Amino acid sequence: MSLFQKFRAGLKKTSTKLAGEIKRIVTRAPRLDADALDELEAALIATDIGIGTTGAIIDQTKAAAKKTGQVDVFAIARAEIARELGVATHHLNKAPQAPTVVLLAGVNGAGKTTTTAKLAHLLKGQGNSVLLAACDTFRAAAIEQLKIWGGRVGCEVIAGEYGSDSAALAFDALGAALARKSDYLLVDTAGRLHTKQNLMEEMKKMHRVLQKRLPGTPHETLLVLDATTGSNALNQAREFHQLLGVTGLVVTKLDGTAKGGIVVAIARELKLPVKFIGLGEQLDDLQPFDPQQFAAALFSEPVA
Amino acid sequence: MFDSLSDKLQSVFKNLRGYGKLSESNVADALREVRVALLEADVNYKVAKDFIERTKQKALGQEVLASVQPGQQIIKIVHDELVNLMGGTEPVSVQFPQGNWLMVGLHGCGKTTSSGKLAKLLAKNGRKPLLVACDVYRPAAIDQIETLGKQIQVPVFALRDEKDVTKIGRQALAFAQAQGRDTVVFDTAGRLHIDEDLVQELVRLRDLVKPQEILLVADSATGQEAVNIAEHFDKALGITGIVLTKLDGDARGGAALSMRAVTGKPIKFAGVGEKLDDLEAFFPERMAGRILGMGDVVGLVEKAQEAFDAKEAERLQDKIADQSLNLEDFLAQMQQLKKLGPLQNLLGMLPGMGKMPDLSGSEAQMKRIEAIMQSMTREERRKPELLNASRRTRIAKGSGTSVAEVNDMLKQFNQMKRMMKDMGKMQKKMARKGALPPGMRLPR
Repeated sequence: MSLFQKFRAGLKKTSTKLAGEIKRIVTRAPRLDADALDELEAALIATDIGIGTTGAIIDQTKAAAKKTGQVDVFAIARAEIARELGVATHHLNKAPQAPTVVLLAGVNGAGKTTTTAKLAHLLKGQGNSVLLAACDTFRAAAIEQLKIWGGRVGCEVIAGEYGSDSAALAFDALGAALARKSDYLLVDTAGRLHTKQNLMEEMKKMHRVLQKRLPGTPHETLLVLDATTGSNALNQAREFHQLLGVTGLVVTKLDGTAKGGIVVAIARELKLPVKFIGLGEQLDDLQPFDPQQFAAALFSEPVA
Repeated sequence: MFDSLSDKLQSVFKNLRGYGKLSESNVADALREVRVALLEADVNYKVAKDFIERTKQKALGQEVLASVQPGQQIIKIVHDELVNLMGGTEPVSVQFPQGNWLMVGLHGCGKTTSSGKLAKLLAKNGRKPLLVACDVYRPAAIDQIETLGKQIQVPVFALRDEKDVTKIGRQALAFAQAQGRDTVVFDTAGRLHIDEDLVQELVRLRDLVKPQEILLVADSATGQEAVNIAEHFDKALGITGIVLTKLDGDARGGAALSMRAVTGKPIKFAGVGEKLDDLEAFFPERMAGRILGMGDVVGLVEKAQEAFDAKEAERLQDKIADQSLNLEDFLAQMQQLKKLGPLQNLLGMLPGMGKMPDLSGSEAQMKRIEAIMQSMTREERRKPELLNASRRTRIAKGSGTSVAEVNDMLKQFNQMKRMMKDMGKMQKKMARKGALPPGMRLPR
């Protein structure tokens, strides 16, 4: 299965449902009266792309309807979304000198640990040596979870005790990565709600301590987002970005019916690129993100 | 948690209050904005549409147009409809039936943590719970639930190398019976609602253990998907209720409205923190109050009543009146305030306090003041005038602060005392002039 097919398959169920809905609205009222526009607005909102982008699409649709009387809502939506998502930037920043340090952050249950493992698998497949740091010292069995993944992927895992200082562990792990001359160090962190001041401070400390050990690190701070999350993902992104300077997003669980449309709202406001998407429970289910494909998969016309 | 939505609705109704009388068009305008606010809060668009329709019907009726304060009336209608949508005015009565509880949901929604919290709550309510590890997919899931079990002192049943959940279920039931555990909580693996194979696995487990309760665990930050998730799980399994997790974040929680509306099943529990005690009963009315910016005043009052001792308050009042308030009282007061929990959470419960300044600074400040007072002897707290330079140096050292901070703290205390004295005088004066009826005191 090609990448695009896989992606489409993941998004298919609702994309067709949504596309069907839009098609129904447009066919019933091709001149798009106020009611039809209202319905169209609601259908667009159901993708979680946010009120802002929805408004932009509606405005363009209105303008096009006025000018030509004939509109292709799908084309307008696809273009607008691809534009807002920007150009594809699905490569990881690489440090001029190894190791490249990647920090993974996010709220509880977003899929950080699984993503860490998948990313390690991807990097290893490209011939890199990868070291993992189990800095979630809070959640029960988080360390065991990463160790099991490490075993499957074939990566060493640096771990400490539960309840120990995660920043100290990150510091040690970076030391280990330097000593082993690893190409990549992936730092898995504990899930934290962006509203918890003390936990966010802890995250900041981790950042600070890494910089102290090796200036310029972490080279990449990835925010992991659950595709089923609605508008709150924007708050999450805002807070994490303000605190840590997020360099990219990873959207997980896109193999469900959730469309992950909220990344459009995030890209619109914070200009953060989506770097990877998670499409399942297998190790090789982490895929580079392509804005064009994403837009196309969200808004593809149903095949009659 | 519904802060942004309350801001929105508040601004909507501020405009509405400005009108002398309600016309059809401004009802429609207001409700249009309510709809946008609901959508922005992740309420499903169909649910929001129905909600607006129903509210419009009521708002356009006689009751509103003829009423004296139309704005208030509309607020009430919207509020009542929201309460309706989330399950009615009754707080969801939480019962803890003996038997089997099945916890289901997507990946990462908080099933295992909620299972642990639930088992603790069950034990607290006189049940003998057993936790069963049915997540056979995620690495270390069994370790996680075993750790939780240890923390809450609830036994955990797990079969390490078994992948067949019905086998695990069968043996778990036998184990529960042999061990005299009367309530069994089955923690299952996260799965997509559209993954037919995995959902069928749950159906088989359900048919085997015939659970009294099937709870769908859902993240409060869930977006428009909430409806699909709830519908699918309900159709496949016939859920009996919903556990809404991560409500301690700032998610607007529209998902709560949507899921309740499409399944008709109540939200029974709310996860409000990372600690294993942080599972509460769900109160639709309070939630609706928050949505409308009325704040969770009931919750705040309850909390305050729990923490404050009425007699103690009476005693303080008298002390203020005869001006014998000392640092001992001040310290006691502060410790009571602390019992209410973080200031941030507290203020969030007040109406109109949706967007809160960051208070973690003042919390740290409070800690320092407390440390200073605790470094004093009891004698010194009773008679602050004893505090000379050398005592102050000792206190600064003992509390890890500086003499300047000790001085500041004492200055603040004296100012407060003087202010209270003045207030007391004023009260007397006003009472004499008849502005306040005699015997009436300033609010505490």
